[in-house]
Amino acid sequence: MGRLADIFTACRARGDRALMPYLTAGDPDLATTAALLPAITAAGADIIEIGVPFSDPLLDGPVIQASANRALAAGTTPTAVMDLIAAVRPEVAAGLIYMVPTNLVQRHGLQRFAEDCARVGVDGVLITDLPPEEAGPWQAAADAAGVETVYIVAPTSSPQRIALAAERCTGFLYCISRRGVTGVQAALPPELGEVLARIRAVTSRPVAIGFGISTAAHVRAVGQIADGAIVGSALVQAVADAPPERRVAVAAEFVAGLRA
Amino acid sequence: MNTTNAAGGWPDALGHFGEFGGRYVPETMMATLDRLAAEYASVKDDPTFRAELDALLRDFVGRPTPLYHAARLSEQAGGASLWLKREDLCHTGAHKINNCLGQLLLTRRIGKQRVIAETGAGQHGVATATAAALFGVPCTIYMGAVDVERQALNVLRMRLLGAEVIAVSSGSRTLKDAINEAFRDWITNVEDTHYVFGTVAGPHPFPWIVRDFQRVIGDEARAQCLAQLGRLPDAVVACVGGGSNAMGIFYPFLDDVRAGAVRLVGCEGGGHGVASGAHAATLTAGSPGVLHGSRSYLLDDPHGQIREAHSISAGLDYPGVGPEHSWLKDAGLASYAPVTDAEALEATKLLARSEGIIPALESAHAVAHAVKVAAELGAGAQVLVNLSGRGDKDMGILTERLGL
Repeated sequence: MGRLADIFTACRARGDRALMPYLTAGDPDLATTAALLPAITAAGADIIEIGVPFSDPLLDGPVIQASANRALAAGTTPTAVMDLIAAVRPEVAAGLIYMVPTNLVQRHGLQRFAEDCARVGVDGVLITDLPPEEAGPWQAAADAAGVETVYIVAPTSSPQRIALAAERCTGFLYCISRRGVTGVQAALPPELGEVLARIRAVTSRPVAIGFGISTAAHVRAVGQIADGAIVGSALVQAVADAPPERRVAVAAEFVAGLRA
Repeated sequence: MNTTNAAGGWPDALGHFGEFGGRYVPETMMATLDRLAAEYASVKDDPTFRAELDALLRDFVGRPTPLYHAARLSEQAGGASLWLKREDLCHTGAHKINNCLGQLLLTRRIGKQRVIAETGAGQHGVATATAAALFGVPCTIYMGAVDVERQALNVLRMRLLGAEVIAVSSGSRTLKDAINEAFRDWITNVEDTHYVFGTVAGPHPFPWIVRDFQRVIGDEARAQCLAQLGRLPDAVVACVGGGSNAMGIFYPFLDDVRAGAVRLVGCEGGGHGVASGAHAATLTAGSPGVLHGSRSYLLDDPHGQIREAHSISAGLDYPGVGPEHSWLKDAGLASYAPVTDAEALEATKLLARSEGIIPALESAHAVAHAVKVAAELGAGAQVLVNLSGRGDKDMGILTERLGL
C-alpha cells in the first residue's frame, strides 16, 4: 500500500475520516501558499490537494477558475509549484496530491513530472482530463517514480468504468458528488449513498468525495459513507475574501471548523 | 452515400487519428461520450436516418450547392482556373448547417431534450439555433464576449430564432472560452442535453461525427469536378479554424491525394503574421498537446498554458485544431499555410469586385491563398476552393477596415 492509503487507514484507526482541503497553488501568490500549507496541516488536514493553475480548466466552477486566474496573473508555473513544495515539505506532514490538467503534465514531460513529484514529496497525482483509457504512458511514468495515480469516478460512471478506474488507480478514487463543475452547494445529492454503494461493490480502494462539500455537516455526512472529504471552493473563497494579513488565520480556522 | 473510410480506418474505436484525437475529458463526460459514439455508430449507415438527413439537406439547406467557375477571379489570378464550392449559398449562409441538422437528428434519436453549442463567428450558433427551431428543441449558445461584439448581426439572428445567447467573459473572451463554458454546461446537464459541437475538434466522437456530416461538401464537389471539369482538381483549398469545412471538402479526396492526383491546402488565420506572435496558425506554428478533449496541435506557452490566438476572422480565432488535420499534416497528406488579416481583407474586396460574391472573412483566407496557388500551378490547372460562408456577418468589421 502507498502513503495515501496509509493515511486513510490511520484516520480510520483513530475513528475518523480523512479531511482533504484543496488550494490553488499561487493564489494569490506562492508565498501565501507556502504559509497556508503548514497552517492547514496543523489545523487538521490529512491530505491536501494542490491545484496547479491552468488557463482553460473544464472541470472548475467560477470560484476555482478565479483562483487559477489570480495564480496565473502572479506568474505561477508548474516548475515554480514544484519548487514551492520542495521548500515547505519538511513542515507539512499531510499527504499531498496534485490536481493538474494533461497539457501541463505533457509540457513538463511525463517522466520528469512524475520524478519531480517524487523528489519534492507529492504523493499522488489526479490528472483531471485523463481517463484511464488515455493514461497508460502517464501511469508507467508514475509507477516507475513511485507516485500514486488517482482517478475520478462520477455519478454517471457505469459499473464497468468504476471497475476500470479502481483497477488502474494506485492511490484512491476521487468520487465527485454530482454532475457538474466544482462549487459550493447547500445540500449533498441524495443519490450519493447509491453511488458509493456501486463503488464499494467493485473495490476495496479508499474513496474520497469532493465537489460541493463546504461545511462541517457535509464533512460528517460524507464520513458516514466515504474515507475522506474534499473541501475546495468554500475554502478558496474564504481565503480570497480575507484581508491579506488574515488569510493564513482564516484558512486555519476554516479547516479546523470542518472538524467541529 | 459512400461511407468507406478513405483515411485508412481512422478514427479507431477510442477516437484516435494516429497519435492524435482520443478523449481527454473529466470522467463525468465519459459515459455520455461512450453512448454518443455507440448511438452514432448505429445510425450513421441506417437508411432511414440517411434519408431523413438527405431530405433536409436538399429541401431545407438547398443542397447540392453549386460548383461555380470564377472566371474573372481566375483571370485576375493569372494562372489556374478557380472553382468555388458555394457553401455560402447554404441556408443560414455557411456550411455549418450540414453538421447541425445531422446532430439535431442524432439528438432526437438519443432522446435528449435540450441542445447547447459554442460559436466563434456566430455561424455555428446561427445554424444550431436554426436546426433547434426546426426541431422544436430549447437551445443555448455560448459565445465569447469579444465575438458578441464583432459579430453582432449573428447574435440578433440567434435571438430571433429563439436561442438564448450567453456572452462568455472568461479568458480571452473568444471561441476557446465559449467552448470551455459549453463543456461546463454539458458536464452539469449531461443527462438531458446534447452538445452540438461545431467543428472537427473536441473529444471522440465529435471529430468523427462532424467530419462525416460535413463530407457532403467534398462528396458533391468531387462529383461536380468530374462532371464539370471532366477531371479531378489539382488542388483543394479551404480555411481552417477548428477545421470542419476543410475536413468536409478534403476527406473524399484522400485516396486521390494518395494516388498523387490532388493536393490539399488548409489556410490558417495568420493574423498580423506568424512572426508577430499574434496569429491563429496552429498547425504552422504550434505543437502537439491537449486542449478541449483531444490531442492535437495547439498554441501554448512553454509551461503548457494555452495562448490567445488572433485572427481578424472570429471563426479562425482558435488556438487549437481538429485532430484529423494534425494527422493529415504529419502524414504529409495535406499542407497548411498562414494567411494574414490583410491578405484576407484584400481577397474579400477582390472576390466582391471580380465575381459579385462577398465571402465570409474565414473563407476569404482560402480565396487569398487559392489565388497564390493558381498563379503557382499556372494555366491549365484547376483549383477547387471551399467558399464556406458568406460575408454579411462581417459588414461591421469590413466597414471599419476597408473604409467603406
